[in-house]
Amino acid sequence: MITATEQLRTYLDSFTEFQKRASGKDLRWLRELREGAFARFCEVGFPTTHEEDWRFTNVSEIAKTPFELAKPTKISSQELERFKGAGLGLQLVFVNGRFAQELSSISNLPAGVKVNGLAAEITAKSSAIESHLGRYLSIQRDAFCALNTAFAEDGAYVHVRRGVVLASPVYVLFISTETERPAMTHPRNLVIVENEAQATIVEDYVSIGESTAFCNTATELVAGENAVVSHYMIEREHPKAFNVSTLRIQQGRSANVSSHSVLLGGGLVRNNVHPVLAGDGSECLINGLFIGNGRQHLDNYMLVEHASPHCGSRQFYNGILDDHAHGVFHGRIIVHKDAQKTDAKQTNRNLLLSDDARIDTKPQLEIYADDVKCTHGATIGQIEENALFYLRSRGIDEVSARRLLLLAFANECLDRMAASVARDHVERLIHQHLLKMAATKGRTGTSGQNDTGRNWEEVG
Amino acid sequence: MSLLEIKNLHVKVDNHEILKGIDLTVNAGEVHSIMGPNGSGKSTLAQVLARREAYEVTDGQIIYNGKDLLEMKAEDAACEGVFLAFQYPVEIPGIGNAYFLRSALNAVRKYHGQEEMDAMDFLPFFREKMKLLEMDEKLLNRSVNEGFSGGEKKRNEILQMAVLEPKLAVLDETDSGLDIDALRIVARGVNTLRSPERAMIVVTHYQRLLNYIVPDFVHVLVNGRIVRSGGPELALELEEKGYAEIENQVKEATPA
Repeated sequence: MITATEQLRTYLDSFTEFQKRASGKDLRWLRELREGAFARFCEVGFPTTHEEDWRFTNVSEIAKTPFELAKPTKISSQELERFKGAGLGLQLVFVNGRFAQELSSISNLPAGVKVNGLAAEITAKSSAIESHLGRYLSIQRDAFCALNTAFAEDGAYVHVRRGVVLASPVYVLFISTETERPAMTHPRNLVIVENEAQATIVEDYVSIGESTAFCNTATELVAGENAVVSHYMIEREHPKAFNVSTLRIQQGRSANVSSHSVLLGGGLVRNNVHPVLAGDGSECLINGLFIGNGRQHLDNYMLVEHASPHCGSRQFYNGILDDHAHGVFHGRIIVHKDAQKTDAKQTNRNLLLSDDARIDTKPQLEIYADDVKCTHGATIGQIEENALFYLRSRGIDEVSARRLLLLAFANECLDRMAASVARDHVERLIHQHLLKMAATKGRTGTSGQNDTGRNWEEVG
Repeated sequence: MSLLEIKNLHVKVDNHEILKGIDLTVNAGEVHSIMGPNGSGKSTLAQVLARREAYEVTDGQIIYNGKDLLEMKAEDAACEGVFLAFQYPVEIPGIGNAYFLRSALNAVRKYHGQEEMDAMDFLPFFREKMKLLEMDEKLLNRSVNEGFSGGEKKRNEILQMAVLEPKLAVLDETDSGLDIDALRIVARGVNTLRSPERAMIVVTHYQRLLNYIVPDFVHVLVNGRIVRSGGPELALELEEKGYAEIENQVKEATPA
């Protein structure tokens, strides 16, 4: 355990070291961006539960652990094999935050598509980097965004030119390896999908071993006019890992973006999704599924900013929590003054499988326009004994029946993902995860005669 | 040997005795009807046969196909050939009807060491059964019972029975709430499944169903006991006189 001053000193040591060797250290704009961000981090420090946005999530475990930047290391392609999704051809692999070219396959790209490690693009002084990096993600937002920007160097860089349709998803795998001392990584991704272009990005976070690791990732996603973008975030690190992620989406006129967050692993997980609907008529789907057991803490924080008229946003999050798991859904919608005819909807449904599982769900609407439609709702329920008995009375054993019912609940989220190899990958992971979870028998809610599959309690 | 032998069955629900000593023997090929007023214990008997654990058996035994049924879990009883058509079929959002039934069928097949049926083989078989019950094809991939009408739900129960081909089928008020057309369809489905190897227990409140599914035996259940047994003519008598008279006879016969 370390004090606040010591804590800052470890980060300062890391930062000083980093500034001496990082890609782009000779680029003035980048130096300034990093230094400004680090100063901001020192100024605000890690958030506490006294702050409204962090009320349900205590990050003191992260704050008091002396993390150092994860050392570059190599892993074999065999070690990689078990994580890879079938049919996902276009792959970028990052090991401890560094691009592993030898494990990646980014050749045979269609014309107008650039996919690379960010560090390489920084070194190549790509002009797109200078005009986009750090432009959308505010270091004022929180300490994690500031910290990520201070250490911004490597991550996925995806650039799809105007009108180009990238059919196969860009699959980005982040692997943390076993380290001797607590290690941190700050992957920074930049995805630019120009006007009328189309792309799918999958970020998948995994770990080898169970050493203390803190992954603080940020993605800036720019969707140009009429662009169509799907983004997947999959968290499946080991059950003690810390993972904080921020997806900042900038949407142009009529742009259509879907964000799918699937949180299965990790010990303390915070997933921020922050779309800004900046152009008229843009639409955004924020879809999420979080499944926790043991002592997992899975926090889903959304900030949806409606900045232009005629935009629509849909938030759907389903949570399944067992044992002592704690889930958080915090859906904040801001409708700015000019964003008339906004149509914003928010739904959070939760299944609690044990008495000790907990969900905090919090809608937060701030509306400054006067002609808008905003709705929100949250439900909490449990597996219904009647449904379980019905399945068993047809010959399906209890574990399978339980898994089927959980799967049915998870399917609501899968159904909102467009059919693709990315969706297939997610579906496989969810099936495996639920099978594991159903096998460690949860508990049955008893709720008398009720002829629907689940017993819901309206909470908002 | 009888397919089902119930001896002196006593059952408690929430510490309240519902069944107070039931004796019933059912042979393969027979159709038995159990009739009775509300609260007489008809559904409790049906649920116990399907091995619902919330129903506590305090005394008696049930021998099914030579085995102790009370030792079986619900899924094992189902795999051994016991089927309950629910009075209130359960809605299960998110699980497709065909997928559910294929999972069930494969669970039963696996139990008997048979090979599982894949979707390609299952669908034609399933469609055939749907035709028997005049069910709309669109119900094939809809979530189990979700948004089904009352009649569709009951037909779906019989459809499941047709797919799973049980040895002992227990129909719990499958006729309740059905219009005459739906009743005919359901009854035809049930009659098609009558066979010398299969026994049925048809639990009903109304005699009407028995015009279409003619039972071999009729039993009247009142206050947790079978008070009269007879042939199909007993149902007609009940229709005429109502349950009140029989209840009174029972009261007179058992001094308070």
